[in-house]
Amino acid sequence: MTTPTLAGYIGPSRAMSRPMGDSHRRFLQAMMAKGIINEQEARALHRHCCDAHNAHCAPDRLDEFIDVISSHLQPMFMQIRKGMSEEDGLPYYALVNMAETDVTRMSSDYADNELELFRKTMDLILGSETGSVSSTDILNSADSLQTKKLKKSETEHLLSRLVMDKWLNEKRGEYTLSTRCIIEMEPYIRTMYQDQVKLCHICHNIVFQCQICENPTCGIKIHNPCVARYFKGRAEPRCPACDDFWPHEIPEVRRLQSQSRR
Amino acid sequence: MTQRKRLSQGKAASAPRRSETLMGEEEDDDIPFTQPSTSQVQKGLEKLTPAQVDQKTAEVVQYFLMKDQKKIPVRRADLVKHVVKEYRNIYPEIMKRTARTFEQVFGLKLVEIDFKNHVYILINKLETLEGAPVRSPSNPKMGLLFVILSVIFMKGGAVKETLVWNTLKKLRVDPGEKHEEFGDVKRLVTDEFVRQRYLEYVRIPHTEPLEHEFRWGQRAELEVSKIKILEFMGELHDRDPQSWSQQYKEATTPSSSSQPSTSSQR
Repeated sequence: MTTPTLAGYIGPSRAMSRPMGDSHRRFLQAMMAKGIINEQEARALHRHCCDAHNAHCAPDRLDEFIDVISSHLQPMFMQIRKGMSEEDGLPYYALVNMAETDVTRMSSDYADNELELFRKTMDLILGSETGSVSSTDILNSADSLQTKKLKKSETEHLLSRLVMDKWLNEKRGEYTLSTRCIIEMEPYIRTMYQDQVKLCHICHNIVFQCQICENPTCGIKIHNPCVARYFKGRAEPRCPACDDFWPHEIPEVRRLQSQSRR
Repeated sequence: MTQRKRLSQGKAASAPRRSETLMGEEEDDDIPFTQPSTSQVQKGLEKLTPAQVDQKTAEVVQYFLMKDQKKIPVRRADLVKHVVKEYRNIYPEIMKRTARTFEQVFGLKLVEIDFKNHVYILINKLETLEGAPVRSPSNPKMGLLFVILSVIFMKGGAVKETLVWNTLKKLRVDPGEKHEEFGDVKRLVTDEFVRQRYLEYVRIPHTEPLEHEFRWGQRAELEVSKIKILEFMGELHDRDPQSWSQQYKEATTPSSSSQPSTSSQR
């Protein structure tokens, strides 16, 4: 049953030179259909793909398996990138496109004024303290579009499309950048918003939705899931940078059942 | 998949918005494209760096993937005009590499389905399996399509549309009503599936009032297993698939028209 693929053991150790098998191709096809999956789904998918093609499955080698795919995607300016969700603090894998060619621009699912509104939404989110923006603020910014004005109903429709296409998340009228958006856009955001981008004091990744130290001379940001993990079990939460009292409510550590087993 | 907006400032904002019509950008005033000869290709390649050829191949791959998301066939004329452009002199080489990439990386096969107008689609080389832990959002539509293809196949290859609508109604999918999963069912079946080349929807000549019939489209012939359909029917009717002798014969002897024509270039 578990026939190790010879290819995996022959040749140089660099993933680049390792050929893909049908198990890799099946995995990639699922990623193309979904765009983003969490780590648990990725593990289940990995097992499914290996079983389907009688390939040897090393569950602890998921990242290596994905690296093989990514190395073959690289000439097409695509990649499967890992990142953390700001919502649940769990790792996710997203298929991202790094091409900046005519083709990708042409393939755009959005009109120019729609893209402009999305850019304005990003400006607002980047400019906010805790990485979210209200629908009211977005609707107001729609009045100042340079390209072509969007009606209120059009803006609302666009926002729901952006949520459906997994660019934005929405909760009670507040919009945040989705995990997939952050994973894919991170290089862009780091370049375009150099002065505004903040890193989480705990995990050192880019941070949008967060808690912020209220000491004006400090002001460090920490992801909500990182806050939960860092302050868990501490009697009096204090800022890890300036030691001031941490005045926010500490969220609970979220865990997946299957993760707590390991 | 991943193709979509780029937020590169300025450039993206000034790029004209292209509308996607049925077959991509259908403009018949294309510059006529003549297939370059092997020696022309050779000469062309000598003038280019390998990186340039790789880059162009990547663009062609992306273009196909983007069209394939909506299962829209790609016309050679559009491909040359919008993507290949000044690399048209090495077009066969680029298509060869594109086809190789699809096979080796994506498990997809580039197939020319129309030799006159040079139209291409991607078909999946990997068998569809049950129990995939990650479900793709298009699955319910594919279920509906499978039912329609089954009806057509069991009735000998062509059925009047009324039969299809009646079958769907029995499954509580009314073409006259908006379905919560499929939306406008009639549009999905007669337009989307047809555009994607899963179905053919043709007028029956000399009918008054006008009548249409459904047949299998080229993509269905290439992608859908007739044996799977028979097995499905067998389960549904609790019957041995082999007892439909005519259909069983057709399902087990591949006709020449249903053979994938491996053409990466032409």
